Amino acid sequence: MVGIVIVSHSWKIAEGVCDLAQEMARDHDKIIPAGGLEDGSTGTDAQRIADAIVEADTGDGVVILADIGSAIMSAESAIEILEEEGRNINAVIADAPIVEGAVCAVVEAAGGGTVDSVLASAEESREASKL
Amino acid sequence: MQGGIYKCLSLISERINDNKDFLTELDREIGDSDHGINMARGFSAVMEKLSPDDSDIGAVLKKTGMTLLSKVGGASGPLYGTAYMEAGKLTAGKTELSADDMKAVFEAAIAGIQKRGKAVKGEKTMLDALIPASESYSSKIAEGSDIVTALDAACQSAKEGVEYTKTIIATKGRASYLGERSIGHQDPGATSTLITLEAIRDYFKGA
Repeated sequence: MVGIVIVSHSWKIAEGVCDLAQEMARDHDKIIPAGGLEDGSTGTDAQRIADAIVEADTGDGVVILADIGSAIMSAESAIEILEEEGRNINAVIADAPIVEGAVCAVVEAAGGGTVDSVLASAEESREASKL
Repeated sequence: MQGGIYKCLSLISERINDNKDFLTELDREIGDSDHGINMARGFSAVMEKLSPDDSDIGAVLKKTGMTLLSKVGGASGPLYGTAYMEAGKLTAGKTELSADDMKAVFEAAIAGIQKRGKAVKGEKTMLDALIPASESYSSKIAEGSDIVTALDAACQSAKEGVEYTKTIIATKGRASYLGERSIGHQDPGATSTLITLEAIRDYFKGA
């Protein structure tokens, strides 16, 4: 099953988005939060994200949802750290809003989707109109 | 070089820490008021990981980069982190840097920041200090100057680069939300780059 990593500056947001997404797919056990810094401060930590990607991967790859500012750059750095360590994980970042994207990604992943289809599903959420 | 790479990093860390409030104040004007705090947190973590016995420049720069990636928290983490990592790749196994090595280090740092931040010169970022500094350094070395003279020229250009950031609109990062209101304020990232370059110069001068 494609793993999902939720990157946020805030640990609470990352955990909360994971909880919300989990409700849509009870049997998906690889929705992993990577929020905040080790000391509890707000921010993003590339090593923490790299660890979350490793935890989320079952061999089928990982789709990453990230929030604002440095989150994308830290997620990119995390992917590079893993490449340099020689790990062969197909990890990609979705260009999508973090909450809606996570829900769509998890549903697609739990349904047996591939990295490409999970990514597409997350990114489709960008176009969804709310009103 | 006296005392090696550990001493150089200690000086950078000390200067960043001395300027913590100043950098945060600059960031309060056009950002999210955390640049000084973030950089100081990052460099204290770096100093905890380094030992005065560390002499492999590449290994130290790589460790510095990895630590900044993890501990800074804001955008300057992946940006400076990647810059130090890229510089570390070039200097693996070296215990001294020639004038040409230093040129390559600056160029690798710029390439790293550009890869990560997808910015170019003129967007009110650290590159507005680092690119002119690197260019001045290279032209001084090409003229046959020594490292200290070339680094002096680099710091002068970086200083002018910081001044230049006051005149332009930010198009990258949090400051870009301010649009024209970012004019008149110097960029915190360009400023921390200047502080770093001055620390490197002072290290070579033996300060």
